Amino acid sequence: MEWDWAFVWQIFPTLVEGVKITILATLLGSVLAAFVGLGIALARRSSNRILSRSVSFAAEFIRGTPLLVQLYFIFYVLPDIGILLAPLVAGVIGLGLHYGTYTAEVYRAGIDNVPRGQWEAAKACNLSARQTWMHIIIPQALPPMIPALANYFIAMFKETPLLSAITVLELMNQAKSVANSSYRYIEPITMVGAFFLAISLVAVFALRWLERRYGRVET
Amino acid sequence: MVAPIIKIDAIAKSFGNFKVLDGLSMEVKPAEKLALIGPSGSGKTTILRILMTLERIDGGHIEIDGEQLYHMEKNGGLVPADERHLTRMRQKIGMVFQLFNLFPHKSVIDNVTLAPMLTKGTPRAEAEKRAMELLDMVGLAEKAKAMPAQLSGGQKQRVAIARALALSPKIMLFDEVTSALDPELVEEVMNVMKRLAAETDMTMLLVTHEMGFAHEFADRVLFFDGGKIVEEGKPDDIFSNPKQERTQSFLKKIIAAGHRV
Repeated sequence: MEWDWAFVWQIFPTLVEGVKITILATLLGSVLAAFVGLGIALARRSSNRILSRSVSFAAEFIRGTPLLVQLYFIFYVLPDIGILLAPLVAGVIGLGLHYGTYTAEVYRAGIDNVPRGQWEAAKACNLSARQTWMHIIIPQALPPMIPALANYFIAMFKETPLLSAITVLELMNQAKSVANSSYRYIEPITMVGAFFLAISLVAVFALRWLERRYGRVET
Repeated sequence: MVAPIIKIDAIAKSFGNFKVLDGLSMEVKPAEKLALIGPSGSGKTTILRILMTLERIDGGHIEIDGEQLYHMEKNGGLVPADERHLTRMRQKIGMVFQLFNLFPHKSVIDNVTLAPMLTKGTPRAEAEKRAMELLDMVGLAEKAKAMPAQLSGGQKQRVAIARALALSPKIMLFDEVTSALDPELVEEVMNVMKRLAAETDMTMLLVTHEMGFAHEFADRVLFFDGGKIVEEGKPDDIFSNPKQERTQSFLKKIIAAGHRV
């Protein structure tokens, strides 16, 4: 087996199309996971027992089952009850829900880290619950969370090849299709690894920067 | 006889199995400066926290400025207060904490302007003008743009006082406001508070372990032990001539521990 540079350049544009979808899925999945996680974290703090218990249970359920199974469920089972989703939409929902259960823990820890005195000072200043969250708690809880959230988003990025299982034309799927039609695997699959490595390295540098910028808590 | 601004009637409060307050009653007159002293766990801080609604009472009633704090009138009876009622009542009360609790992500002036702008809808320009007056009063006008982390403990506490005053409460609660300060910084905070006590007709409740400060600051001193008022009176009487044996032994211990009287 020999490495064929000509073949690499031939398939390069196709793979770049896949990279675009991979990045798009990661970005949309991250945004969704950020909101889902916040929603779960807030619901679990709710004084409404039914809400907090059922959300806790759902989050444990999602975390306890594989992402691949969830993706199959969303894409292949939901149509049975009339919910038909485009592959990318199904993929983003799967990633966002699955990682949302993890980011929820980051939010929980971040919110718990805000000292009780801040809640009390907000009350002594007669702020409403909403004002306390918006102006006092979230602005303090968020910056130390950013590195941990970014970490999950990088992990999510590396799991996007799972979306190929539900026909999303992301990087892995594009590579598989050129490999299957040309019967050459070494170049496409190696290139997939190279793309992921390159983007991961950039992301890790960005993460280090975020950690330096936001990682320490000032009091 | 002036109507009391604070009327505490047989309140009870437990933490788990520990009864901190059990049927405590007391009254505070408008503009009175009260010092609450006593050993740790005697319930004095709990009283302030209950008045600020940071802790709920298990029983009894509190009247602030002629209105029930934890209850509302409904169909001729009293029912537990809802959040709206509590929000309205909290406007009458301000609190300064032992650990300052400044908002660390906001500048000094933003700490002072935040609550008036959010809770009263005060326009920014007006809120900032008032904040600068208050910061000037506590001697920190030049630190308006600083962040809390850049301030000393004494400066932080003076900002916290300005922040509480910005809402113009009728009642100010000071919870061991000098306990967390380095000894050389205690004086600057005390001076601000003494001036405040002399110049305003706000009602003030001070919980402190600084007996000398309590002496100078207060019109009336209450000695607490085990959630009860053991002895009360004018500062001169309490500190020079305590009647109760428990008051005497407490004051003796605190002098032995090196606190100023």
